Amino acid sequence: MPKLDLKTAGPFLALVIIFIIGILVNDAFLSSGNLSNILARSSFIGIVAIGATFVITAGGIDLSVGSMAAFISGCMILLMNALMDSVDSMIAIILLAILASLGIGAVAGLINGLLTTKAKIEAFIVTLGTMGIYRSLITYMADGGTLSLNFTIGDVYSEVYYGVLLGLPYPVWVFLAVAVIGYVLLNMTVFGRHCFAVGSNERVAKYSAIHVDRVKTATYMLQGICVAIATIIYVPRLGSASGQTGILWELEAIAAVIIGGTVLKGGYGRIGGTVVGALILTLIGNILNLTDAVSNYLNGAVQGIIVIVAVYLQRGAWRRD
Amino acid sequence: MPENKNNKVVLSAKNLCKSFGTVEVLHGIDLDLRAGEVHAVLGENGAGKSTLVKLLSGFEQLSAGELCLGVDGEGPAPLGHWDNEIAERAGVVLIHQEFNLAEQLSVAENIFLGNEISGVFLLDKKTMRAKSLQYLQVLHSDINPDSAMQDLAVSAKQMVEIAKAQAKNARVLILDEPTAVLTQQESQVLFELVDRLLAQGVAIVFISHKLDEIEQIADVITILRDGALVGHYPAKELSKDDMARLMVGREISSLFPNIPKPSVSDEVALRVTNLTMPGNINPISFELKRGEVLGFSGLVGSGRTALMETVLGLRKAARDNTGHVEVRGEQVCFKQLSSARDKGIAYLTKDRKGSGLLLEKGLAFNFSLFSLHKISRLFIDTKQEQAAFEKAIKTFDIRMKDSSIAAGNLSGGNQQKLLLAKILEAEPSIIIIDEPTRGIDIGTKSQIYHFIAQLIASGHSLILVSSDITEVIGLSHRVAVMYHGEITGVLEGDEIEEHEIMRYATGLKNNISSQTALSQSGITNAKA
Repeated sequence: MPKLDLKTAGPFLALVIIFIIGILVNDAFLSSGNLSNILARSSFIGIVAIGATFVITAGGIDLSVGSMAAFISGCMILLMNALMDSVDSMIAIILLAILASLGIGAVAGLINGLLTTKAKIEAFIVTLGTMGIYRSLITYMADGGTLSLNFTIGDVYSEVYYGVLLGLPYPVWVFLAVAVIGYVLLNMTVFGRHCFAVGSNERVAKYSAIHVDRVKTATYMLQGICVAIATIIYVPRLGSASGQTGILWELEAIAAVIIGGTVLKGGYGRIGGTVVGALILTLIGNILNLTDAVSNYLNGAVQGIIVIVAVYLQRGAWRRD
Repeated sequence: MPENKNNKVVLSAKNLCKSFGTVEVLHGIDLDLRAGEVHAVLGENGAGKSTLVKLLSGFEQLSAGELCLGVDGEGPAPLGHWDNEIAERAGVVLIHQEFNLAEQLSVAENIFLGNEISGVFLLDKKTMRAKSLQYLQVLHSDINPDSAMQDLAVSAKQMVEIAKAQAKNARVLILDEPTAVLTQQESQVLFELVDRLLAQGVAIVFISHKLDEIEQIADVITILRDGALVGHYPAKELSKDDMARLMVGREISSLFPNIPKPSVSDEVALRVTNLTMPGNINPISFELKRGEVLGFSGLVGSGRTALMETVLGLRKAARDNTGHVEVRGEQVCFKQLSSARDKGIAYLTKDRKGSGLLLEKGLAFNFSLFSLHKISRLFIDTKQEQAAFEKAIKTFDIRMKDSSIAAGNLSGGNQQKLLLAKILEAEPSIIIIDEPTRGIDIGTKSQIYHFIAQLIASGHSLILVSSDITEVIGLSHRVAVMYHGEITGVLEGDEIEEHEIMRYATGLKNNISSQTALSQSGITNAKA
């Protein structure tokens, strides 16, 4: 008997409603330029949030993603600028930077993971600490100012952000690919099952022969790699990094995950919901830009209200069970 | 020990009954607690000791019967409403086995927790500290009132609990297995303290499974069995053997289904040699033969679960552990349960809700969690999973309204059958089951015995850890008995009998230290 499952359909319904509001607010909303802009912008938060879905499903939390993104941006820019003198091929430089970015992301995740599992420090504290460390490192690397990518490379690299395939910008395709892989990983593999089990009850997971520490560490590494991927498509957008890069990404990513229906205390996660959550957050910002009714400066306030309402609805649905 | 024949009754219980739902668990208990007397309450696991002390201390409400409290030299008068708060104000204080202390606060703050002395607006820390010091001095304790609770040893924490009871002017002090967490020396310090409290006219209720302690400090012994009163006895008139006999009391053979015991092969399935557990001095050794059921008996806290979990890699062995584990002759060292599982060992935890099942997850999810490796290469084969689950529902007769409910919504018996199905789905050859029938109805119990019998018949080897002595006797080829973190005996044939097991379980008998027993039972021990 098919019945409407509000918990699953809720975020999607919200997306539809906000989309309709967008249409009503401004005719420019439906223009293909605006729509592809929305999708491209939601890619960064979306990709980071897919990593966060794994961490949160397995019962953890990662606050360091925003400053990690800024730090990785800075590393990429410094590396590419440094390679300019010794390597001729621009493509080779960019590929090296991309590899380095993925490596740094994975190691940063590994550090978060090991500190939570082996040193047994609460994830909140560990990632609060690494958040401060990366933020401070990027500020130091930029000497308090801004790191800029060499223009010659920047011209080549900008294709990654501005290039279009089948009418959609590259970042959207990357977002889609990460989402599909994330969905398969979470819902169809043993690792995904183990994430659910660990987040639901670590003790039961341990007594079910699950390597709890390994699963948790792997989720932080996945998160780090997702941050690296988001950074790879983010750097060519502005071609610079500073202490202000990636500010509050952690909150937007966590918000996207929670709006999507993943349970903050762990044990239940939905990749599809996270994608919808990221779209909702970007849509709100976009609509506020297109209307005079609410100041654009109140974007954060509206997002905050949406998160609180989403969790309230989630709790209500939980209690009825 | 002072003679207290004429001492006044402080708290008197008449015909106490307690029911949970429709099930009566305590049937008409009478009890008189006198000032300056140690009143020991004895009984097997589940005999009703804890329920009784919870009624006395107001943590549970009476279903029937009457409590009378003697006040200021007056005879006992019937009580009206009785709850924990009123009980403590009246000076009836229960000290739980697990302490009720705030680890981050200081000793003085703990002693006055919930009972704070305050001035007009602020807490009067000075007075509380001074009084704490005074209480501790009365107990001849040199604990600093300013120390943080978390820095104290277990015995010191217990001392603080008692000081806390004094701050409430305890007249009846109920100690629920106070020595379970103490070393022998610490226990002696506690007994000296008990003597001082008696001299002050406090009535003490003492619960312990250790019969030699009871013999040492009790004046009166009350024995419970299956929730009913067996009798009150002056401690001097009971030997420890009498205590064990009275606790057990019944003939047990008739209660148990007759399960055939196929012959055991000589092949050793699992051998544990000189394994040392944290906090234990003596290493432990035992072996399980192929096709055998080796029962593990002992009182709560005797270390059976800790032993099994150490063998399986769920807990760490002691730092200085030099022992080892062999599975079918191959030496192994399990650091993770998955390594044990991959060697064909499965473990049924006794904590069904806390470590067995994910209560908010579905049945199939729970069922396949321990054996996912069997049904997945790159992806999980959900069709195979569903088929295996449906087969298990039939095999194990798991009953539910519909198969989409969460595991937490199953009845206890069906949860247990799901848990059994879950671990057996990994197709282990050695199965360690811990309290397989705790808290489940008699029908499901016999089903589970039936599954166990089938497992033995098909050549599995099984370790059965159970506090239900009847099922240990009914199912086991041999029975290892543990006391205080050691195996005190391994019984075979006619020795497997309730009173004999009780003697080993209470530390009355220990045949592991004698050489002859070693060679007979195949047990070796470093003490020998």
